Parts: sequence; C-alpha cells; structure tokens
Amino acid sequence: MKNPLINFFKRIEPDKKNSPFLHTVYEGFFTLAFTPDHVTSGKGVHIRDGMDLKRTMVMVVIALQLCYIFGTYNIGHQHFLALGEYQNWWQGIHLKIAYGLIQLLPIWVVTHVVGLGIEFYYSYKRGHGIEEGYLVTGALIPLIMPPDIPLWILTLAIVFAVIIGKEAFGGTGMNILNVALLARVFVFFAYPASISGDEVWISGLDKVDGRFIGAEYGWAHQFFDSIFKGVGWDTFGAGKQAVVDGFSGATPLALAYQGGWEKASAAYTASDMWWGLIPGSIGETSKPAIIIGALMLIGMGIASWRIMVSMVLGMSFMGLLLNWWGATPFMEVPWYYHFYMGSFLFAMAFMATDPVTAAGTQRGKWIYGFLIGAIGLIIRVLNPAYPEGWMLAILFMNVIAPLIDYIVLQGNMRRRARRAKVQA
Amino acid sequence: MADTATSTAPAQEKEPFFGKKERRLLTDPLNDNNPITVQILGVCSALAVTTMVYPSVVMAIAVTFVTAFSNLTTSAVRNFIPKEVRMIVQLVIIAVLVTVVELTLKAFNYQIWKQLSVFIGLIITNCIVMGRLEAFAMANKPWRSFLDGIGNGLGYSGILIILGVIREIFGRGTLFAGSPLEIDIIGAGEKFMINTTAPGSWFSWYSNNGLMVLPASALLIIGVIIWIQRSSNKKLVDIS
Repeated sequence: MKNPLINFFKRIEPDKKNSPFLHTVYEGFFTLAFTPDHVTSGKGVHIRDGMDLKRTMVMVVIALQLCYIFGTYNIGHQHFLALGEYQNWWQGIHLKIAYGLIQLLPIWVVTHVVGLGIEFYYSYKRGHGIEEGYLVTGALIPLIMPPDIPLWILTLAIVFAVIIGKEAFGGTGMNILNVALLARVFVFFAYPASISGDEVWISGLDKVDGRFIGAEYGWAHQFFDSIFKGVGWDTFGAGKQAVVDGFSGATPLALAYQGGWEKASAAYTASDMWWGLIPGSIGETSKPAIIIGALMLIGMGIASWRIMVSMVLGMSFMGLLLNWWGATPFMEVPWYYHFYMGSFLFAMAFMATDPVTAAGTQRGKWIYGFLIGAIGLIIRVLNPAYPEGWMLAILFMNVIAPLIDYIVLQGNMRRRARRAKVQA
Repeated sequence: MADTATSTAPAQEKEPFFGKKERRLLTDPLNDNNPITVQILGVCSALAVTTMVYPSVVMAIAVTFVTAFSNLTTSAVRNFIPKEVRMIVQLVIIAVLVTVVELTLKAFNYQIWKQLSVFIGLIITNCIVMGRLEAFAMANKPWRSFLDGIGNGLGYSGILIILGVIREIFGRGTLFAGSPLEIDIIGAGEKFMINTTAPGSWFSWYSNNGLMVLPASALLIIGVIIWIQRSSNKKLVDIS
C-alpha cells in the first residue's frame, strides 16, 4: 500500500450495500487503474496471465490511436481542401487539427457517455462487474462515422446497438453481431441521408440553392482563433466561403463506380488514397495508420492474423475474378487498387478480427476471413445500392460464424473417428 | 368411463353463459397467451402490413372476424368432419370467410384494399386462424370457440396496432394516415403540426427513421415487446 493512488482509491470506495450502483462504477474504474490482487490459484487448468480482459481491450484502443490522430487531421484537411485553402497537406496543420478536434470530440464524448451509461446500468442491474467490451466499441464507433454525423442519430444508433445487439444477448462476450458495426448499420438503414451519398464525407459544408458553401464557424472556432491570433498563426476567420469549382465531395469509390479507376484517379492520386488524404469515414482513410495498428494487434497476439490474411486472399481472389469478367468499368479496376479505396483495411484489421463474433476455430477463421473478403467485394462492385460492402459482409459472416465452427468441429470429429477405426 | 361421463355431463349443462372460464378465453390471448408474442404465430402479416396504423387496424378487424367465425363454424360442424379431411374442410371455411372480407373491403373501401393487396387474401394462410381451429375449435363447443376466436383476434390486433403506431410515428411522422382521422405530427411541410422546414423551427434536425419503414423493424419491435412482456409477466418465465 505504498502507492498513493491506490490509497486514494481505497479511501473513496463506496459502500457496496448502501450504494450498489456507485460501487459498480467505482469497481469499473478501479480495475482499469490496477489489476486485481487476487489471481487464479495454481490448481486447475486456467490460464494465469496479467493480461485480463481490460488490458486486452486497452491494447486495441492504443492500436487505434494513430487512426484517431490522422482522422482528426483529415477532417480538417478535407474541409479546407473543399474550400480551396491550404491545399498542401503541410499547410495550416494547426487549423486542420483544431477543426478536426471540434468535429471529433463531441462524437467521441457522446459515444462514451451514452454507451458507458448503458453498460454501467446493465452491469449494476445484473450485479456483475463492469465489463470492458464497450471501451473498444466506443473507440471504434467514432472512427466509422462520417465527420458531420448528427449527434442525436449517433445516440440512437448507440442505444440500439448496445441494448439490442449486446445487452439483450447477455453483455460483453455474448453478442452475435459486432456492436460497432451494428451502430453503423442502424444509421445506414434508418438515416441513409446522413451516412451515404456524396455530401456527407466532408465536414462543415452547407448546401444553399444547390451549391455548397462553407458553414459559418461557431464559438469553438472563435476560441481557437483567439489562441492562434495570439501566437501569430493563421486563423479560421468568418467562414462562408464558396467551395472550389468542380467540387463534388464524392469519395474515390463513388467515382470508381461511375467511371472506373480512370475517374477515381483523376480526382485523387493513388498516393493520396494510400496516405488517406481522401474523404471518407473518420478513421478509415489512412492506410499506413491502419497497417501499423494491425501489426500492433498481431504482435501483441490480440487479433487473429489468419482472419486478416484470409480476408486479403478472399478479396484478391474475387478482385481477379471480377477483373477477368470486366463487364463494367468498376469491375475493371485493377484488383490491388481495391485496397486503396474505401475501408477494406480498417474492416480487416479492427472489425472482422473481433474475437467474440468471428469464427473460433483455426480452420474456421480461414473460411470466415476468405468469405468476408469475397462477399464484401461482390457487394462493393456489383451492388448499385450499397457503395461499400465490408460492413454488410462482416455482419453477414458474424451470423454464419457459429455454423462455420460447427462444420469444422464436425469434420474434425469425423476424421478422428475414422483414424481411430483404422488403427483399432 | 360410464360413471365419469354421466357425472360430468350435467356439470357441463350448468355452465354459465359468460362465466370465469369464458372471460379467460377472451383475456388470456391479450397477454399470457398472446398469439404473436407467446405462440409466435401470424408474425408474417404483422411484419408486412404494419407500416401504418390504418391498414393495421383494418387487417386486425379482418383477422378477428375470420378467426371468430371460422372457430364458430368449425366448432359447430366438428362432429361431422371426418378426421382425414379436416384440414381441407377447415380451409374451405376459412377461404369462404376471407373471400367475404375481401369482397366487402373491395366494395366499401377500395383504397385500403389496394394498400393491403395480397395480404387480405393471405389471411387464409395466417397461422393463427388454422392454429386456433386445430387447437381449440375442434375440441370445444361453438360459443366458447367463438370467444376464443375473438380473444385471439384481439391479442393479434393489440400487437398489430402497437407496431403500427410506433412504425408510423417514427417512420412517417403521421398517425392514421389515409383515414379521415389523419393526424400529421412531424415532418417537412405545412400540413404537419411540427413543421421541420419552417424558419427557426426547433426541430429542424429531425428526420424520419427509414428503418421503421422496412419490415425488419417490425421484427425488432416484436422482439422488444416480447422482452418487456417476459420480464414483467411471471407466468412466462422460460422453463426450457
């Protein structure tokens, strides 16, 4: 008890009988700060490791931080790019980051307040400790939303996803569907205007008489302005500028759907797509940030590399097949460029590898990943209604995953039974 | 055998016209034995017609009518139906009643008939109707069968109307649209009570929930209703 922090925690511990809800909340935060001092005893077959659920979840959150940093920057970058200011990526970085923070922070706060509120309530009601599944869900949800998502829609989506998708099934670890994707799919079907089309991926634009103009800057921007003015940097100003000529706001995928790779690469260079300087959901654009996160997850043994590799294989296979078919310009997009556009890598690294909803067996993981890759690309290329396929493909395979596991297990049992007979 | 038959026969004759048992026939399907949320019958039509309240009400009345009178008719002739062809006889009875409903609707309310289209005809295949015939009417007297039919029809109606109200308010911002009682609650336009496009409107952020128009939402809402019902009704504790 030398640590002053632990003494502080012990002193403020609420009484479990008199205020059970407060105690539940307290315990949630206490175990986040310290690992419990009681561990599994030496008897039995349990794994004895300091890496409990909380530590695992926090590692995923850490792996997502690069996406957060780049996403924050890219919200602002896309905004100024549309207005025709600070065209190069190194210009006006402070404005871009400030702009991104103003957009992203409310989304982040709402996600965590609403989601953790529900989580706390259900833990208290069930008499369980607070389970940490929501830390990752809450870190993922802001990254897969468009930067201008209205907060009330976000709130509804989270309430829906956490209650119907997770708590109804019994809480963390019992959900059938990926909770973060469920929140997104709710927005996608309930309020399609705020998450699809060409007009939602770039933040801070108003449409007046069919033309875009920059929205007026609010008090938060003026607050940053007062700081930047003091330091002598550029400021936001008043806003309300017209956008650059020929601006459409379409993502590379939307362009590729209309006119193949030529049209997409005419608007965005391949290197822009690679580094992530393209419009899209907040966290999905930057490929290096996602790949570093994915490598971190693999290195720490949290995410399954089998799913990632088989997903890449599945998409490459389907991409080659579509190249060979080549009926529309979109099918003729070289298969390797599909990695550049849209959210394939993000879905691969952080969504498909969710250990709860993915297949559990080793061979099952190969099948699961491969099918996500193949089905996702089919939805992306062949379906005119859905511009991107990974969300639907992963949710679909989440439902199929138990069946895959069942088939793999049955196959294994049959094989072993046969072997036993031969030897006997 | 003979003893029990003679001893129970007078007791049956003394049954009151509308006693406790009869009342239970009416009230049980409303909650404890609801055809949709407990027996999980008739879900298909509950998903299909409930995007608005008015068609749901018409559908509910139609199904109640068909269950009640098919129960009554089947129960009246139950002793003359050969076991081997009872399904076909029941189907004929249901089909006659459904045709009556369909022609009546077509004659007196063509608009709503067009809106419900095939689903009126599909009452024939509604599992509630056939289920009640098999489970109740084939073994009970006409009056009680009739009450059972009404009760199950009302249980179905209750869920249908709850679904219709939720889906119409959040999916379209109206209530009873298409009927003379139409109330326009929220939406973009002059006719709505809360006009989201009016200058300075407090609700300019609002938009309708597109999920509520899809049949999937009805399934989700039924799931939530079942959840609430099972957690509040002690008789429905899962014993499986």
